[in-house]
Amino acid sequence: MSWPLVLSLGAVAYSLKALGALVLGGRRVPAALQRCLLLIPAALLAALITKDVFTTGRELTVDARLAGLVTAALLSWRRAPFAVTVLFGVGATALLRAVA
Amino acid sequence: MHHFRAPGARRFVSASLVIGVAFVVFGMSFGVLAVGAGATVAQACVMSLFVFTGASQLSLVSVIGAGGSVASAFGGAVLLAARNAVYGLAMSPLLRGPLVSRLVGTQWVIDETTALVTAEHDPDDRRTAFWVSAPILYSAWNLGTFLGALAGSAIDPATFGLDVAAPVMFTAMIVPHLRTRNGRRAAAFGAASSVALAPFLPVGLPILVAAFGMLFGLAPDTEREGEPA
Repeated sequence: MSWPLVLSLGAVAYSLKALGALVLGGRRVPAALQRCLLLIPAALLAALITKDVFTTGRELTVDARLAGLVTAALLSWRRAPFAVTVLFGVGATALLRAVA
Repeated sequence: MHHFRAPGARRFVSASLVIGVAFVVFGMSFGVLAVGAGATVAQACVMSLFVFTGASQLSLVSVIGAGGSVASAFGGAVLLAARNAVYGLAMSPLLRGPLVSRLVGTQWVIDETTALVTAEHDPDDRRTAFWVSAPILYSAWNLGTFLGALAGSAIDPATFGLDVAAPVMFTAMIVPHLRTRNGRRAAAFGAASSVALAPFLPVGLPILVAAFGMLFGLAPDTEREGEPA
């Protein structure tokens, strides 16, 4: 990994925060654009979840990671505290690997 | 620091400490993966200090670690960071006062601080929630990164299930975004396109395609509009 990559991601990430918080803050954004921007986390978090659980490089795989996802989904759905969801999700995958 | 002595600060401290524990674990998984993807300990720590947005950082190192191109890794990380601009709109009323605190506070605009703040209605509670939770979470994230990067190849993240720390945390984080119909549509599109395109596109690119799920927002939601986090 290169320093320019690390530092440029830092610069871009901070600029995006500043764009909303310091530059545009208090101004009106067109309603349709705001609705679209607010959907970015839903689309990207879902994409990252399935990528992290079901792919290895460019291959589709189903393995012990699925146990962590199912556990976390059930706990989140039952409104478990954040830390409980994370620790049990991670633990479910580790446990399945240990016994399998 | 006077925010820690504000009335009602205690419940924000305890809520932040709980999330902070998860942040240390999540930060460790980032540190381990970063070193595994070829970063030095210093690079991993500098990234957490200056980028401070977990999903972007993890996406970057996991795409590079999986052999993806730097361009697609960077593009995916930037798109993920774009949501902080939206959170910034909601958080800007809290970022008043001296220039230094405005600049520092800006760095702390992330999913979790936005979620804690938007859950409050009283402006004073919102301010306390932000200025109490942000330094705790920032410290936890950077501590976890440092520990994970130091451990590096000494621990195999898979043994402890740390490789699912990110998707598990994202699962907990996505729940509030699924309260609206458009949120569910965008999530379904993102999840499906990410898996369906994985075998055919370079690593990282399906994430960029998934971002088109945001276009469901062009149509007004018939249900109650959700909070930004």
